[in-house]
Amino acid sequence: MSASTQTMNGEAPVFYVADEHDHPPGQSTLLGFWLYLMSDCLIFAMLFATFGVLGTSYAAGPGPKDLFDLKLVALNTAMLLFSSITYGFAMLAMMKGKVGSTQMWLAITGLFGLAFLGIELYEFHHMIHEGAGWWRSAFLSSFFALVGTHGLHVTFGIIWLVVLMVQVAKFGLIEANQRRLMCLSMFWHFLDVVWIGVFTFVYLMGVVR
Amino acid sequence: MSAATGIAENTGLAKVLFGRLTFESLPLHEPIVVATFCAVALGGMALVAGLTYFRLWGYLWKEWFTSVDHKKIGIMYMILGLVMFLRGFADAVMMRLQQALAFNGSEGYLNAHHYDQVFTAHGVIMIFFVAMPFVTGLMNYIVPLQIGARDVSFPFLNNFSFWMTTGGAILVMISLFVGEFAKTGWLAYPPLSNIGYSPDVGVDYYIWALQVAGVGTTLSGINLIATIVKMRCPGMTMMKMPVFTWTSLCTNVLIVASFPVLTACLALLSLDRYVGTNFFTNDLGGNPMMYVNLIWIWGHPEVYILILPLFGVFSEVTSTFSGKKLFGYTSMVYATIVITILSYLVWLHHFFTMGSGASVNSFFGITTMIISIPTGAKIFNWLFTMYRGRIRFDLPMMWTIAFMLTFVIGGMTGVMLAIPPADFVLHNSLFLIAHFHNVIIGGVVFGVFAAINFWFPKAFGFKLDEFWGKVSFWFWVVGFWVAFAPLYVLGLMGVTRRMRVFEDPSLQIWFIIAGIGAAMIAAGIGALLMQIAVSVWKRKELADHTGDPWNARTLEWATSSPPPDYNFAFTPVVHDNDAWYDMKNRGYQRPLQGFKPIHMPKNTGAGIILSGLATALGFALIWYMWLAAAVFFIALIAGAIYHTFNYKRDFHIPVDQVINTEAERTKLLAAQAAS
Repeated sequence: MSASTQTMNGEAPVFYVADEHDHPPGQSTLLGFWLYLMSDCLIFAMLFATFGVLGTSYAAGPGPKDLFDLKLVALNTAMLLFSSITYGFAMLAMMKGKVGSTQMWLAITGLFGLAFLGIELYEFHHMIHEGAGWWRSAFLSSFFALVGTHGLHVTFGIIWLVVLMVQVAKFGLIEANQRRLMCLSMFWHFLDVVWIGVFTFVYLMGVVR
Repeated sequence: MSAATGIAENTGLAKVLFGRLTFESLPLHEPIVVATFCAVALGGMALVAGLTYFRLWGYLWKEWFTSVDHKKIGIMYMILGLVMFLRGFADAVMMRLQQALAFNGSEGYLNAHHYDQVFTAHGVIMIFFVAMPFVTGLMNYIVPLQIGARDVSFPFLNNFSFWMTTGGAILVMISLFVGEFAKTGWLAYPPLSNIGYSPDVGVDYYIWALQVAGVGTTLSGINLIATIVKMRCPGMTMMKMPVFTWTSLCTNVLIVASFPVLTACLALLSLDRYVGTNFFTNDLGGNPMMYVNLIWIWGHPEVYILILPLFGVFSEVTSTFSGKKLFGYTSMVYATIVITILSYLVWLHHFFTMGSGASVNSFFGITTMIISIPTGAKIFNWLFTMYRGRIRFDLPMMWTIAFMLTFVIGGMTGVMLAIPPADFVLHNSLFLIAHFHNVIIGGVVFGVFAAINFWFPKAFGFKLDEFWGKVSFWFWVVGFWVAFAPLYVLGLMGVTRRMRVFEDPSLQIWFIIAGIGAAMIAAGIGALLMQIAVSVWKRKELADHTGDPWNARTLEWATSSPPPDYNFAFTPVVHDNDAWYDMKNRGYQRPLQGFKPIHMPKNTGAGIILSGLATALGFALIWYMWLAAAVFFIALIAGAIYHTFNYKRDFHIPVDQVINTEAERTKLLAAQAAS
């Protein structure tokens, strides 16, 4: 880059960059993905706000104390938190350029994610079985919308994770794949943060209320 | 309609395949719709035949539909906006005619079922598929050029965003002929929009059109923020960005921070409609006011999304045509940022009457009035820019002056509405209708016309015809006032909006005057189309080879008109916020050698294919075609995954091609200088 913005006295001003250079693809990807996450965060914010407003409208139906099994939710939370740690290990392995161990940690992350989803589906099934489905009251509508949207995100995260594992297996830890793994990393940790909010705001405070 | 009321329901296999879509869903009993359909079908067939006859399909696909060039995508957005504008305006004319006729026991010519769809479609189309594409198109075209970049940060995403917006527009257009559109008003408040009171497909068309288009809008917002933050040329610090780029940045921040709210809000409404949740219902704890709050938390920033880029346009136009640096650049930037923030603190003024109580209403009344301060600062900055300038009254400047006069009055009626007690009288009246048309037409539409007249020579290499432009200008500006001043009067007399028939014959004269105004605007639109046609016809006469026909000030005018694919052969370096003016002043010499191959993104068909699938998915969901919906959904996911396996998304424009393009321009410049 030949340019400085200030021109010295008597020196002709520079109005263009003479030496062309390639722009590495994806130099804005991490910023762009971060912006996307923030927009997604707003969707969750709206769902939290809706739960905040409607979360006590039980319509003479079951409330949090009747429905939530905190031990199960704690186990579920542990699954998701462990998956975040293992994703971190995958990233460390990626930095060192170790394909095998990256893949292994990604696979473990995916399994934790699946365990989380399994427990969540079990919980949903149980609630619906008890007659506490999303149609029963505004509280349950906003519960299923918030927790379900999070679960849907985890589902897509797992699909994405599998796709990335295939791509890493096929093309190795090339720059593009590293960037994609970084994006999924942000996505995965973001879902973890949202879950902390769900756990606290929906489950813990729900049972206390 | 019939499908929902159970007169003719699909059964068995037909139900699996077609859901609730039956032959009765086609509005064959509505002569107006049938005639429109025939006209559209004939026009469409003529277009398709023409394209086939001249063998243009390949060209369109290769050079336009799959293009990731921000300039071509910008132009396609403008065309989409213009086409949908004609549709939205047709709805407006139908309403004006109905209201001018329906007196003294006459029912007019539109039944309630049809009329309600017309006013809903008018609002939805004008905001989402006219104003938004115009604004996004302008930002897409101008911003990368103004910041000295070669494209946006995510060129493929840009193409995809455009086609998602188009997909939404297509769904709205389909609703005209297959089924029906919402009859709820443009924001579809529940409980009216809930399944119990709107069991038909209308609201579903509304929801899925906006969801599909909304994805495009959000992604294009993310794209442009990343572009402005990351891709400015050397020397362009934040406070050296052109004002249009600044207002675009704030607009896109607003888009990214508000469209997800709309997405969430409509998603909850669709859950209510499709799976029987109770968010906005009247029973089992639902709360319709939640919807009203959520949708206006998106809705109010939305009006600033529409107007801010045009404030940028007026800034560029005023300083160019006054031959002066913009007065108060810094205050202009801060005013824009303040408006961006305040726009989130006023949403409740849209429903003062809905029982929030005095203290809450006062808070939102005051924040609303505060917004007029930075807006007023902007008006003064433009006036001081003109003060002692050498003003050239070309078309962009004429539109700017018309804007200033019109918008100030619209702003003042806005401050009136911001006073809660006054709003209790004026809420839901034609006074409100007059107010927001006053700011949206006077601000956004006039601004778009200023921008089109200003940047058209940049995009196509020839100016727009002056005579027809002036005809259009006068018809529009006068027509606007003739059409909307009567609505202010009627609103003050207590006439509410969305009425189909009237009891009081003394009101009719005002509606007739408003109708005459609409006819004048129609003449203005005709003159605009004529202006474009005449300009294309006389393009040799109107040609501009300098790339800078207005003696303008910002970087986009430094390159040729139309700009080459790569925008700038060498990345510019900027020292001043009127960069091009500075370059001209300090003896910039256009480089004639030393060209290098230029690294560019490759075209791809993925955007149009994926958006097509998303649109088809929307259509299937509207009609309860669950099998088709599942197929399209899986295809969409699989298509997106398949696209990620394409790693080769860029190429180099060979140096010979750059040399040839630049030599061509050198020749043109020499010829222009000699003549």
